[in-house]
Amino acid sequence: MGKEKKYTPAEKIKYFPRRGTTRREFILTMTTAGTAFALAPKIGYAARQRGIPVFENVKLHLNINGAARNISIDPRVTLLDLLRENFSMHGTKKGCDHGQCGACTVLVNDRRVNACLILAATCENAEVTSIEGLAQGDKLHPMQEAFIKHDAFQCGYCTPGQICSAVGLVKEGHAKTDADIQELMSGNICRCGAYRNILAAVKEVQQNA
Amino acid sequence: MQPFSFSRVHNNREAINAITKENDAKFIGGGTNLVDLIKLGIENPKHIIDINALSLKQIENLPNGGVRIGALVRNSDLAYDETIRQRYPVLSQALLSGASPQLRNMATVGGNLLQRTRCPYFYDAVFPCNKRQPGSGCSAINGYNRSNAILGTSDHCIATHPSDMCVALTALDAIIHVQGVNGERAINITDFHLLPGQTPHIENILEKGDLITAVELPAMPFAQRSFYLKIRDRSSYEFALSSVAVALDVNGGTIGQARIALGGVGTKPWRNKEAEQALTGAAANRATYLSAADIAVKNARGYKYNNFKIELAKRTLVRALETTGGM
Repeated sequence: MGKEKKYTPAEKIKYFPRRGTTRREFILTMTTAGTAFALAPKIGYAARQRGIPVFENVKLHLNINGAARNISIDPRVTLLDLLRENFSMHGTKKGCDHGQCGACTVLVNDRRVNACLILAATCENAEVTSIEGLAQGDKLHPMQEAFIKHDAFQCGYCTPGQICSAVGLVKEGHAKTDADIQELMSGNICRCGAYRNILAAVKEVQQNA
Repeated sequence: MQPFSFSRVHNNREAINAITKENDAKFIGGGTNLVDLIKLGIENPKHIIDINALSLKQIENLPNGGVRIGALVRNSDLAYDETIRQRYPVLSQALLSGASPQLRNMATVGGNLLQRTRCPYFYDAVFPCNKRQPGSGCSAINGYNRSNAILGTSDHCIATHPSDMCVALTALDAIIHVQGVNGERAINITDFHLLPGQTPHIENILEKGDLITAVELPAMPFAQRSFYLKIRDRSSYEFALSSVAVALDVNGGTIGQARIALGGVGTKPWRNKEAEQALTGAAANRATYLSAADIAVKNARGYKYNNFKIELAKRTLVRALETTGGM
């Protein structure tokens, strides 16, 4: 019988895989993780000094459609992507992604904005309302009702943005004429060309408001 | 998007310290221009500092009859402010002629001052552009330059300044208040933006660590009679081919004081004091306006596709003067 081979800890893990974790390994892992966590900002700083990209997440607290949300996100995430990718609210649409088409329009603190040009990290403590947040249970928002009644869409892709924008327009209260409504809806493009019916829907809600 | 780190600041001093400490850092307010340019890889900040929590959101009447506008006031709030609408209508009109309601709800006054050009070659990273990449050359000078400038151009850049707000501010003699590492200072808007010259990538006189805190409108009672006229390819949501901001003091058919600034045609918001002098003391009629317009574009240089702007700028100015001062 030969001498028993001595294995390093790394070799042991490699050659003798085991289910479960020993107490020692658990403590070692936690200590390493704890140290890494404590060092992370310094490592990030060092990496930044060398020009190496690092991803430091940002903590964000906000309210989306009435629900408080706490999340840690990559600072590059836009409000549009936060809604769609992090919270699976796909009602808000990505059109041009450059603030030109209005498909991503949502209300932030009751004001209509282009979610594609907002870094979500800048929405700390904000109240966000997307198309999913307009209805009260099964009761549609009057603007949603009016869009259906006036057939204010065809393919429907721009519609969530059109409706959020129209809700914002009525709240702002600056549109007095048809021309005003058209001008103040100019940030929302409809390639199906449902503009006349959109105007009719917005006008009706505005008159009833 | 390139990765960047992110921090939030809560007062001016903290903001200035944060941007001084970091390399390649940018403040973010509304982000309407900056986020767009980061997505395209044209702006590549390593660090973003969120200044939206700063207390720079007031519109205040000043004892000297002027108005002080906080740098974080949103374009829509400024445009619909009652004081601005009554005393400086040209500013309200200029703001409402720009962008879309959503963008105006986001964009700040301070950010609007720092808006980058919409020259198609600046926006398309495939082409050389001295603004985007100093020393690479200007693609617009011999390219499709229909939207480019005819005033203030150089052999290195003919990009148009895109802002409507800044054209109105130029006519109104606005003062930009800045807080920096060495304290506060006030800059007249005509000195704030720089001509491209040989360094088109340097667009204003701000230095590292500077934070725009406010824009001040001096008292100008005759600005109640002011007007913004914008000519563009479609009637809404489009940048100017030519625009004019006018404020006129007319008494009994004679012009007392005049302020005019041109937009869409210059490498910066364009004020011509010689043209204003030609109006001062003259009869408020078409002949006066035509001669002032000739002076305003005297040094204009047209390029292959934008030569039409010389005549267009004159006509825009004459029509704006007729609308404001009568014929």
